[in-house]
Amino acid sequence: MGDIKVIEIKKSVYADNDERADLLRRELKEKGIFLMNLMSSPGSGKTSTLKQIIAAMKDKYQIGIMEADIDSDVDAVAIAETGVKAIQLHTGGMCHLDADMTRQGLEALEVDGIELAILENVGNLVCPAEFDTGAAKNVMILSVPEGHDKPLKYPLMFSICDVVLINKIDVIEHFDFDLQQCRQNILMRNKDAVIIPISAKTGEGIEEFTEWLSQEIENMR
Amino acid sequence: MHELGVVFHIIRSLEKVAKENNVSKINSVTLQLGEVSTVIPSYLSSCWKWAAAKNELLKRAELIIEKIDAVTRCDSCGAEYSTVEHGKLCPECGSQETWLLQGMEFLIKEIEAE
Repeated sequence: MGDIKVIEIKKSVYADNDERADLLRRELKEKGIFLMNLMSSPGSGKTSTLKQIIAAMKDKYQIGIMEADIDSDVDAVAIAETGVKAIQLHTGGMCHLDADMTRQGLEALEVDGIELAILENVGNLVCPAEFDTGAAKNVMILSVPEGHDKPLKYPLMFSICDVVLINKIDVIEHFDFDLQQCRQNILMRNKDAVIIPISAKTGEGIEEFTEWLSQEIENMR
Repeated sequence: MHELGVVFHIIRSLEKVAKENNVSKINSVTLQLGEVSTVIPSYLSSCWKWAAAKNELLKRAELIIEKIDAVTRCDSCGAEYSTVEHGKLCPECGSQETWLLQGMEFLIKEIEAE
């Protein structure tokens, strides 16, 4: 038996991941690759929204997409139809991606030449918010049928996002969704959030978002 | 909600600490867990048992979880109250201008090692 000693650590469980994420962010910036992390609950329209974003931006930027899911490759197949490079990441049952998994995904995407990489995170409003992926910007989608109270129920997710897209705005009249209240709920958690109502179906609001995204890409360079 | 993934992160951090401190065996690990950190202590313990048993450094390590109460502070009237009991609205004055003082923590506090 050796000596027993107490070692004080006092470190956040997330600290290691945060350090790896910061390192990845710096490396991507040096290479001129803009990584956007897209998060939402399942069924909010992440893949449909991505297809609109790709259509609007693929002539301007070299785009690569990473689709993270627990299983299946339906999203990667849907994205590949748009003509941009897409890979599927299986999280092996995990509810989120961390910085190391994101790095592996970027390697698989063969990032050289890619200017805009978009990570479609696992559909979940809880776990992805706690793991920094190393992305330059975090964007989330809240869809109208989910309700305007979600920023109150999942405060962390709304507080870490740079942009909140409110999707399915074309069907708002069929739901008790109060857009004004929703804005207020988001801003209460995150006063700097950019809020853009969109419809991945009709294309409404997509231009406003892609203008924001182009501006951020240029700002990073 | 992601206790197993978190356990893997903890194990990785502990492996690093063990290497830095020339430790070959860890007897106990003390975590500090905020009441509203979204991690459920009983799930965390179950995942720990499963994952630590497979690890040479940690296979006999006991997991100790210290709870940190969630406290919210009201900017309007200065009250500090239990987050779990009252949520976002201040029970003293009804204001929404409140913020979480503590309760989101998830820290590795210390280890006992040989």
